Order: sequence, then C-alpha cells, then structure tokens
Amino acid sequence: MNAVISPMAGVVMAILVSEGQTIAAGSHVATLESMKMEIPVIAEVSGSVSTIRVAEGETVNQDDVLFELAVD
Amino acid sequence: MDIKELVKDLAERKERAGAGGSPKSVEKHRAQGKMMVRERLTALFDDDVIVEDGRLAGLQRDIPGDAVVTCTGRIHGREVAVIANDMTVKAGTWGYQTFLKITQIQEVAARSKMPIIYLVDSAGARIDDQFDCYLGKHAWGNVFYNQVQFSGVVPQICAMFGPSPAGSAYVPALCDIIIMVDKQATAYLGSPRLVEIAIGEKTTEEAMGGARMHCAVSGLGDMLVASEQEALDAIRAYVRFMPGDWSERPSVEPEVLPARGRAPSEIIPVNQNAAFDVHELIESLIDADSWFEIKALYAQEITTGFARMGGRPVGIVANNSKVKGGVLFSDSADKGARFIWLCNAFNIPLLFLQDISGYMIGSAVERTGIIRHGAKLLFAVCEAKVARIAVMVRKGYGGGYLAMSGAPTKPDAQLALPTAMPALMGPEAAINAIHYNEIVAMDKADRATFVAERRDAYAKDINPYDPADRFLFDDVVDPDELREDLIRRFDLYCRRPFTRIDRRNAVCPV
Repeated sequence: MNAVISPMAGVVMAILVSEGQTIAAGSHVATLESMKMEIPVIAEVSGSVSTIRVAEGETVNQDDVLFELAVD
Repeated sequence: MDIKELVKDLAERKERAGAGGSPKSVEKHRAQGKMMVRERLTALFDDDVIVEDGRLAGLQRDIPGDAVVTCTGRIHGREVAVIANDMTVKAGTWGYQTFLKITQIQEVAARSKMPIIYLVDSAGARIDDQFDCYLGKHAWGNVFYNQVQFSGVVPQICAMFGPSPAGSAYVPALCDIIIMVDKQATAYLGSPRLVEIAIGEKTTEEAMGGARMHCAVSGLGDMLVASEQEALDAIRAYVRFMPGDWSERPSVEPEVLPARGRAPSEIIPVNQNAAFDVHELIESLIDADSWFEIKALYAQEITTGFARMGGRPVGIVANNSKVKGGVLFSDSADKGARFIWLCNAFNIPLLFLQDISGYMIGSAVERTGIIRHGAKLLFAVCEAKVARIAVMVRKGYGGGYLAMSGAPTKPDAQLALPTAMPALMGPEAAINAIHYNEIVAMDKADRATFVAERRDAYAKDINPYDPADRFLFDDVVDPDELREDLIRRFDLYCRRPFTRIDRRNAVCPV
C-alpha cells in the first residue's frame, strides 16, 4: 500500500488535503504537533488521496498511516 | 634477446597488465555503463599515476594485478594513495597478492602522511584462495587491521562503484566516509541467494543492500551520487577539506562571499514552534559553493557537513527543525557523534547551530536506547578539542543544548542570536512540572488562564540578555553579522594548540 506515514509520534494538528485530491511528491500534506513543535508532513510520492485514516486532534505513533494513496 | 627486445617485451607485459580482464568481462562491465578501473584513476587524478606497485602481480597466472590497482596520484596538488578493484579481473575478487598489495600501500600512505582512497568494485573474497588467505596472520583481514591502525592518522575515503559483499563490506565500513553510486553500489553480509537458503527471506541486492537504502535507512552511506563521475568529483572535493594527516591543519583558501539569497535575519522564524530549513541558513553563512553534506538522506533532523567560512574548512552541525521539529533521536545522535569525531580527527573546527527543544521522549525511543545514543553525542562533543563555536539560533533547552556543544561542554565560544531561547525546559513543560499539583487541584475552567499567565511569565525570563548579563554567553550577535564574527573567532581559536588526554582509549557509549 502506498501511504503518507507519520514521521514521529505526536498529535495531528492539521490535515491539508481531502479524499480524492491529487498530491505531488514534496508537498506539505499535514501538520503534526510533537515536542511543542509544528512538524510538517511531506508527501514522498505523487498520487491521489484514497483514504484519510486520521482525524485532527488524534494521537499517532511514528510510521502510522495518515493517508492511503493511489499511485499510478 | 638483446636489451631492446627485453624492454619491448616488458612494455607489452605492462600493457597487457593494464588492460584488465578478458574481453568478455570487459564488454560486460562496459555494457553496465561502468568505467574501467584505470579510467576512474584518470578522472580522479590531476594528471598521471605517480607510483604504482604490483602492476605485474598475477599476470603470469592470467589475473592481472590480482584484480586491484595500488598506486599514488595527485588530487588538487596533494599526493594520495589509491586502492582500486578491477571488476573485469575475476569479478574484482581478493586473492593472496590482492591483500599484499593493499596492505603495502596502506603502510606507505600512513608513513608518508597521505590520504588513502578506496575505489571499491568487488565480488569479495576469492573462495578458492581461502585456505591461504583467510585464517593466518598474513591474510585478508590484515587490510581491515591496517584500516584501523591508520584510522584518524590519515584520511580514508571510500567510493563504491559496485558490490562489496560479506567480509569486504568492512572496507567501506572502516573508512571515514562512504560515497555510493546509486543503482551500482551494494553492500550486504549475505547475498540474496544465501539469505534465501539461510533464513527463507526472498529479497534483491538493491532492496537489501543498495546504495539508496544504505544512504537513507541504514546510515552506512554518507553520500548518494547518480554517477561514477560524480563520485570521483566528490572525492576530489572532500580531499580538499582534509589535511595530509592528523598532525597537519587543513589548508585555508581565499575567501568567497556567500551565495546570493535571503539574509539570516530573513530566514530565521521568530515563532520558535515553526519549522524552517536550516540548509538555507547555512548557505547564508558560508562561502558560496563550499557545502559538502554528510549523510544528507539519513536522520535529517540533524544536518552535518563541511563548508568554508572565509576560506577556512569548518564542520557544521545544525538542528533542522524542518524534519521532526529538529528533535534529537537515536540516529541523529549517532550521525552527529560520528561527524564530530571525523572533524576532531583531522583538525577541522566545529560550528554548532543550536535550535533544539530536546531529545525525543516516549517508550518507543527509550527502547531504541536513546539515552545511550544521546550520551554518545554528548561524549563526542566533550571529547572534541578542535576549535569549537556554538551559536544559539532559537531554542536551546536542557539536554539537547548540552549535546549541541552548549557552554558547559567548554566550546571556545557560546554565542546567541536575539532570537535565542535558553532554558532547562520550554515554558509548557516547565509550568506543568512546577505547578502540576496546583493545576490538578484547580477547577478546569480556571486552568487555562492560570497556565497561560505562568507560561507568559516564564517565557519572559527566557531571553539571551539575562545570561549575557551574567557572562554565561560570550556575546549576543546580529544574525546578519554572525558570519563575520565567526570568521574572526575561528581565526583566533584555530591558533591554539591541540591537546590530548593521556589514556589508551576512552570508554565511550555506543
């Protein structure tokens, strides 16, 4: 499965995409809050967001799937 | 035969010895887009090979050079020793003369104070030779033994153009720096075939031990390059930062002004919680085009690399808030420690750009041994006796501050920018720790105001001027004047003698 995963443990502060949206590799797709810092989550591959698996305010661990992606 | 014929015969042998392996293996090598070993030497050196030993080894047994070229040549005017596998001869495998040649030139280089460069492209040990070459005092392992004897004595640089499997993986692993050619270099202890037999896992050379994996995940690789030419150019650039051996200072070149771009004051966000890319700050402080990053793809929350400031080589360690908030993890601690040891070994002064809220916390990282990895970084910092300057760019909290060469670790200078926020812990954590019982006893409605008031009061105390008033910081510096200040300070501190502690070795955390 292609996915955008969490870079570290923290709380989902902002989800910047919607289901069905096409995203480009390198784009800023979400923001976490961890260790009192704003952590930008950057997409590593291009694709479209098939499922958003988390909600704002939710706690996530490192490597948890945030968005499932459909990649060509 | 008269002397003329003898000399002609010699010339033919030397020519054959330099041509590599069988036409079939040469063709296969070229079909993969790879350079022949002597083509790599031509691209690496300023001019010709200077001295070569053992060119005729193995020739009478049809193993020209015993699959390795050992020679010297010049890089930016400095003579260096090179050990380069010839993949076209028995797949670059190691035989008996292979290690004799390698160990000899290693010893020559160390005595003559020359960097040693390993151009690796080899299928590893020649299994048929194992009984002569593996077990005894004079054996393949002598190569690794020498690498260790000379580690930190002369620079040892590795570029991987192909495989280096099993035991031969220790050649790159024991060098100071490993440059890997993407989709060509591989390193693994067991081949995919062996792995399937031994543990039932199905994998490929690239997936299990490819260059990208090693540069981004395992941390073995220091630099991923797209082509052989880039690897050779990188070696040339790296050698330029280094002295000939540990007792010399690296050379200072003419100053070059920083590249055009935003000024430091425009790059650093005043909002301490916002992320920014520290690479841009570094570029604004260093001589243009001088940046040589180490482990760019690994543990990116810390940034390490060489640069020149006012023409002087400097090793830079910087927290990068763009990745994981710049928080320190086990891997970033390792990356920092390793780089500090490299700079200390070769007299390269260190610059720390502090923007650190702390080490990561939580049970997941505790289980990775974050305490002992962090202790490793702290150890390397305190052990570093080269000229060392720390600059608090934004946050400098607690343990992270010490790990990034904070004042108690005795850098030559601890400076701060006006944006600096020095504290044992940040406002949120501190208020929570100090007033926990009060907060918990309070009505929920009152908590927010109470906490906000205390946080603001605490935050007001966090500024660089109170510490400067008590001479806890050496100076507070305008970010746009920082470069010049650093150049003057490095000039001053690099003049002091280099001290060593009398002991066999420290017992350092791993």
